[in-house]
Amino acid sequence: MTSTDLRPAGTAGDMTPALEARGLTKHFPVHNAGVRGRGAVVHAVENVSLSLPRGGITAVVGESGSGKSTLTRLLARLIKPTAGDILLDGAKVAGRSRRGYANDVQMVLQDPFSSLNPVHDIQYHLARPLKVHGLSDYGRSLDGAIASLLNRVSLTPPGRFTSKFPHELSGGQRQRVAIARALAVRPRILLADEPVSMLDVSIRLGILNLLAGLRERDGLTILYVTHDIASARYLADVIAVMYGGQIIESGAAATVTDEPAHPYTQLLLSAAPDPDRTEPPSLLGRGSPPSLVRPPSGCRFHPRCPHAMAICATDAPPVVEVAPGHSGACWLHSTDRTPAQSRPLAQEEQAHTTLAQADGAGPAAAADQNPSTPEEPGAET
Amino acid sequence: MSDSLIEVTGLCVDYGTGDTAVHAVIDADLTLRRGEVLGLAGESGSGKSTLAYAITRLLRSPGVITGGQVILRRDAEPAVPLLAAGERELRGLRWNHIAVVLQSAMNALNPVMMIGTQLTDVLTAHRPEMSRADRRSRAAELLDMVGITADRLRSYPHELSGGMRQRVMIAMALALDPRVVIMDEPTTALDVVTQREILEELSRLRDRLGFAVLFITHDLSLLVEIADRIAVMYAGRLSEQAGARELFRSPRHPYSHGLLNSFPSLHGPRRAMEGIPGSPPDLREPPAGCPFHPRCGYAMDVCRTDMPPRFTLNGGGRSAACWLQDGTHEVPAELGSVGSGGDDPPVPPRSFAGETAPAATAAPVAEAGGQA
Repeated sequence: MTSTDLRPAGTAGDMTPALEARGLTKHFPVHNAGVRGRGAVVHAVENVSLSLPRGGITAVVGESGSGKSTLTRLLARLIKPTAGDILLDGAKVAGRSRRGYANDVQMVLQDPFSSLNPVHDIQYHLARPLKVHGLSDYGRSLDGAIASLLNRVSLTPPGRFTSKFPHELSGGQRQRVAIARALAVRPRILLADEPVSMLDVSIRLGILNLLAGLRERDGLTILYVTHDIASARYLADVIAVMYGGQIIESGAAATVTDEPAHPYTQLLLSAAPDPDRTEPPSLLGRGSPPSLVRPPSGCRFHPRCPHAMAICATDAPPVVEVAPGHSGACWLHSTDRTPAQSRPLAQEEQAHTTLAQADGAGPAAAADQNPSTPEEPGAET
Repeated sequence: MSDSLIEVTGLCVDYGTGDTAVHAVIDADLTLRRGEVLGLAGESGSGKSTLAYAITRLLRSPGVITGGQVILRRDAEPAVPLLAAGERELRGLRWNHIAVVLQSAMNALNPVMMIGTQLTDVLTAHRPEMSRADRRSRAAELLDMVGITADRLRSYPHELSGGMRQRVMIAMALALDPRVVIMDEPTTALDVVTQREILEELSRLRDRLGFAVLFITHDLSLLVEIADRIAVMYAGRLSEQAGARELFRSPRHPYSHGLLNSFPSLHGPRRAMEGIPGSPPDLREPPAGCPFHPRCGYAMDVCRTDMPPRFTLNGGGRSAACWLQDGTHEVPAELGSVGSGGDDPPVPPRSFAGETAPAATAAPVAEAGGQA
């Protein structure tokens, strides 16, 4: 397999990224796959390399099943990678203690309605990490530490919130508590998995601006995982787009959205809601993401790709730097192919590949798209 | 107004009764016109789904309709006051005239029945005169209409992707060729590409079959693209109604303005945006006066005490419930100027055809909070 080395260009002065994934791969075993499917795995994340520059905000954009949440959980070390390395400040983390790692890398989850414990008040939620991690250097009192945390997430005055229970807070306030809890151990890196998708539209920007402020004031390094490419463009310095478990494009946020290099990014942009649009968009490459139990050969997007060539069906595309700091994994940008390989993939061939997959995978193909199927833990819910 | 299909006037819905009742929909006026897509935008708890359930009389206890009128107009048949209709009459109207598509297609289909059986069940119940073969072929035709091949008739819901299941729900809603389809967040749980495909399908079907759609969603940026007109709801009240493009270009209510500025753009220079400060109000203790005033950057004294009535603007083409638009206040540039009304290029959406325009540019059309 060709390496998909899609590390975004660093933005900070120090070139060592705060957190880095090298060739990260995660395969989940498929249970109940039948005799024929024994040993089958879901290729949830495949050979992903990504670096989070110090003090930068990196967005990972993808649809459900693209592997973005699995990548986040790998980076949080909640699950073990099948292959590949995670590097914190340039040093491999494998084998080092999880608790020490959690001091540096914290995670904010999607759903503030279920990530807080309904039977405990806010004071408890924020005191817990301070006690667990034995952080005494917060000043004399626990209360003072908690007040300063609430101040940081703009839940002011703190006294009004400490004794409240999660159900007494709005969704936005709950997400702020969740962020405060993540900040309690004073991490340097925050992994935010869809932090605003469950919130009301009018308060989403408040949370995004809070994250931007944390980066600005405290130099926090942030990974922002989302399906909403417009919000990624708003918040992040760098956008990495995932499809079928791989990063297929990365670059400066405005560049990726203004001049997308990969056909899938183009599709994603044309499908996104856009009030400025005057005409209905034309969707090139419609369809659904592939089965990750039997991913398509070559480029995983080729069965849907409007520009698919012969080579796309056979060889995984190289990562090509289309402009400084902007790279895409697509054969269109590579000259390293023969004329025969460059002939457009006939529609029948394309359709055939798609069909073969659908048939081959049978019900599993449908199950892949069912977020509640336990067979694919990588899917969003 | 012969052009209208559903006329809602002064509709009020409470949850619970007595002093503890929560006013979920307050004095709603809304007209759905023939063949149009009317967008109903609002955040969670704004009352948009409650409004839809009240219109279709699907509201469950403890929801109570406490006032107002809903008239369903039909071709060559007498108009029906839906709120006064009996169960029997409603059963004849639902699905035949008004169909509903719900948000969670995942749960709306029966997991142990084949898609085809679920489609033919509708026909068995509502078209008993059809033969089995006819029902079968109609079911296949319906699936074909939403871009699913007939061999899927024998599939179970779990064998279909989320997008396909939502397509089946749409096919099912269209089974009896209704004039009105009410869709409550029909694409919210889907990925953007799937969402876009379904919206395309929907607009194709609308052009072909001519039904009208009440499209309920929290995603105002999407509505601007797909709806003919948009009604914005906040805290149980319709705060603004306007043509989709007009609303996008020049919102007249501070809430619509704030909401539109909560969606980062895909184009142009990246700039910091503020969204709307604060959170939506708790409807158990709604603020006095205009429910939006605690979050409103333009709030005046009157907003804190008195609920603004709906002011019609632009000769009746649109309305906003905001004191700024009463004709006596200086209107900030970003919320349009009432006096001239000329900053809007004349956008005559096809659906406005039957409107008789009142002479005044700004006239209260309803006393606020009468029943509330």
